[in-house]
Amino acid sequence: MIQSNRSESGKGGGGLENRLAKLFLNSLLISACTFGGGFVIVTLMKRKYVDELHWLDEGEMLDYTALAQSSPGAIAVNAAVLVGWKVGGLPGMLLAALGTVLPPVLILTLISYFYAAFAAMPLVALILKGMRAGVAAVILDVVLSLGGKLFEGEKVFNAVLLAVAFLLSFLTNLSVIWLILAAVLAGGVRALILKKRRERP
Amino acid sequence: MNLLPQLFWSFLQIGLFSIGGGYAAMPLIQAQVVDAHNWLSLQEFADLVTIAEMTPGPIAVNGATFVGIRVAGIPGAVIATLGCILPSILIVSVLAYVYKRWRNLRTFQDVLSALRPVIVALIAAAGLRLLLAALFPEGISLQGLDPVALLLFLGAMLLLRKWKKSPVLVIFLSGGLGAALYYLTEAFL
Repeated sequence: MIQSNRSESGKGGGGLENRLAKLFLNSLLISACTFGGGFVIVTLMKRKYVDELHWLDEGEMLDYTALAQSSPGAIAVNAAVLVGWKVGGLPGMLLAALGTVLPPVLILTLISYFYAAFAAMPLVALILKGMRAGVAAVILDVVLSLGGKLFEGEKVFNAVLLAVAFLLSFLTNLSVIWLILAAVLAGGVRALILKKRRERP
Repeated sequence: MNLLPQLFWSFLQIGLFSIGGGYAAMPLIQAQVVDAHNWLSLQEFADLVTIAEMTPGPIAVNGATFVGIRVAGIPGAVIATLGCILPSILIVSVLAYVYKRWRNLRTFQDVLSALRPVIVALIAAAGLRLLLAALFPEGISLQGLDPVALLLFLGAMLLLRKWKKSPVLVIFLSGGLGAALYYLTEAFL
């Protein structure tokens, strides 16, 4: 009993209740700061859950990103559901989803009552303009730290995939879904080759 | 059909068929909200897109709240939001189970490991696109470079990489500092 408590607390401080509270509060905070689409929330989650709280490792976070990106629905909600299950089972999933949805629902409720006035406020426009540069920096910072880790193992394979996917995504309007499916296909072919190679004496 | 079930059903479809994030959801929202049900005019829909870009949160959730409130008040907002996240919760929960169950399988890992560089590439492309839009608000040219945005970006990079500051702090700081700098340059230059 004591031992299981200990291993629980070793994974990010406090018991399960404490972790659920932390998960909910962090979901609220992260969601309230996600200006600019699904990839922003994923990078904020990585900083919080991987680097700070150590609830997930980097590989898991990337897998979750892929799953969230290729499933129907909002990426932010999908990623929250995955992290929630991992950190706190069913209650964790529900709390993470609620925490992610609550800030936009509350903010939009307020705004929809006087939206014309809000959109025309010059100060709001200036703040948002400044935030765009900050958001771009946050995303590229995460790319640099994730990218570095990729070149520790399968260097050539990873570099080719990265370069091709980047060029296709940046230069064409190809849907993300096709890129992910192509990567699964490439991974499948490589898995078969590796399996054959391992079976050979 | 009653209004609330109709809202729920419309946003359930939006949640179920928008794969690949906010930009994929936009045409679906328009099809349901403007074309099929006339809940918003085209002008109101354009306002919704602007608001969604200026506020935190997924555009589908923003849209569900906005449309729900205008059509049926607070209950409408709650019902529409639930409809839009329900498919996510169900489908992704199944995926979470599959992932947990098979994660340690060698072949599954080999397949997933090919996804990781692609995901990093997608994040990089999205980040670069955002950066270019911030640095060159009027389109890319030498004269079009926004020096304030460049300054903010370099400062933010420094805070993040060198001093490991939290992203939330960096985003709010660049918003506040940006507003002040833009205001000053507009007033004095």
